[in-house]
Amino acid sequence: MFRKILIANRGEIALRVIRACRDMGIGAVAVYSDADRDCLHVRYADEAVSIGPALSRKSYLNAEAILGAARRTRVEAIHPGYGFLAENADFARACQDAGLVFIGPGPPCMARVGNKAQARKALKEKGIPVIPGSETAVSHVQEALETAQSVGYPVILKASGGGGGKGMRVANTPEALAEVFHVAAGEAKATFGDGDLYLEKYMENPRHIEIQVLCDAFGNAVHLGERECSIQKRHQKLMEEAPSPFVTASLRQAMGETAVAIARSMGYTNAGTVEFLVTPQGAFYFMEVNARVQVEHPVTEMTTGMDIVCEQIRIAAGEPLSLSQEAIQHHGWALECRINAEDPEAGFMPSPGTVEALTLPGGPGIRVDTHLYSGYTVPPFYDSLICKVIAWGEDRSAAIARMRRALFEMRTTGIHNTAAFHQKILNHPDFIDGHLHTRFLEML
Amino acid sequence: MKTETYFVKSPLMGTFYRSPSPGEKPFVEAGQRVNASDVVCVIESMKVFTELRADRAGVVKRILVENEALVMKNQDLMEIELP
Repeated sequence: MFRKILIANRGEIALRVIRACRDMGIGAVAVYSDADRDCLHVRYADEAVSIGPALSRKSYLNAEAILGAARRTRVEAIHPGYGFLAENADFARACQDAGLVFIGPGPPCMARVGNKAQARKALKEKGIPVIPGSETAVSHVQEALETAQSVGYPVILKASGGGGGKGMRVANTPEALAEVFHVAAGEAKATFGDGDLYLEKYMENPRHIEIQVLCDAFGNAVHLGERECSIQKRHQKLMEEAPSPFVTASLRQAMGETAVAIARSMGYTNAGTVEFLVTPQGAFYFMEVNARVQVEHPVTEMTTGMDIVCEQIRIAAGEPLSLSQEAIQHHGWALECRINAEDPEAGFMPSPGTVEALTLPGGPGIRVDTHLYSGYTVPPFYDSLICKVIAWGEDRSAAIARMRRALFEMRTTGIHNTAAFHQKILNHPDFIDGHLHTRFLEML
Repeated sequence: MKTETYFVKSPLMGTFYRSPSPGEKPFVEAGQRVNASDVVCVIESMKVFTELRADRAGVVKRILVENEALVMKNQDLMEIELP
């Protein structure tokens, strides 16, 4: 097992990984930008290294600064968290070249997965259903327009370099596509350091359901069931749950086996998520593989009792999977609300600033993953995610009741947060009945 | 001769960018003529990009903030002279 790990991230996910390190008796090294000196990940780690100015491009996306910190602190591995460099194959390779273990899939696999257009093409050839779209990245507006013409409108542009709704835009007409192309490319470039986009047909009212997989270096691969992530705003997940109210035992098995087959065919190792769009009729289409730990991994942890981040570290250290598919048990229901520093009353305008007072929820069945504390200043430089509230119950209605209780208890003063908006979703009759789709919030 | 001007203000706290992406040409330079609703700069806050547009046609008189600087809500970013 590793002696010491560097966490190349910030915010709640940096805390999550540091906590896993502590639980496993591994030393944790934090890195931080000039804007993050007072962050909890700096305080909770065993060591912390400054890596540059506030702008991500100059700090958390600065591979050289991070590798330099890794050298100076003599770590053996780097955990990238999610976002930033987590799905950057060049960074994974640079880690390897520096003699460090990158906690994620190997660089060649990362490149295969990361090139979303090519991944779709390869899987299509293997008979896996994929959504019609561009075979390669679309680099110019003209190319996007031609592809859109052949698959038919509406279409969606997505960043080749990563997920999370960034660089993603829907267009209903050629005029709209030409207009949003540059904005999407700009966001993709700023968020992932790569402005490449691909284009696919936009499906009406599907569900977004994903399968968590774990693959070790010995060819063992298991899935941990599904997460329903249909509640999205501007293609960014807001609320997730496990299991999905839509997925039957037979659909779960079919999707799980397909996800494992996809991971195997890509030579995937470590934790990953295979995302599918699922039609109201139960047909499922491969979207992409997220080669990282996901924001919403806690709902799977709550229903399986597994620690996905610890599993990631064990797999990267060359240990075999601890459980077989048959041994993975699912119990109860879990929901996660992603609380953002945004003002739901003002069109979800970002709300950076100082948290004057903070009250976090607690009690039975509640888990809170957050980097907030009273007096902390949420900077404008990074993601707006400030807190994940996870509620577990014996069944879906028990989990919903606990989530309502938790959000009622949550308070931030000084900055706006989206808890009240989540409460509105939880009280919506269609949500309560489990009638979800990716445009649910647009209909609200 | 007295001229009338107005300010382009930041609607929120964030990073001020003069060009659509690093290395690209700025949206506008001082002295340049702009039309109403032309994009003059971008504010990035929490990974969301907000394009700011000129309210009315005019000439960019002064750009008050350095590229990539942190700006506050309601801060003046540019002064535009009306024709």
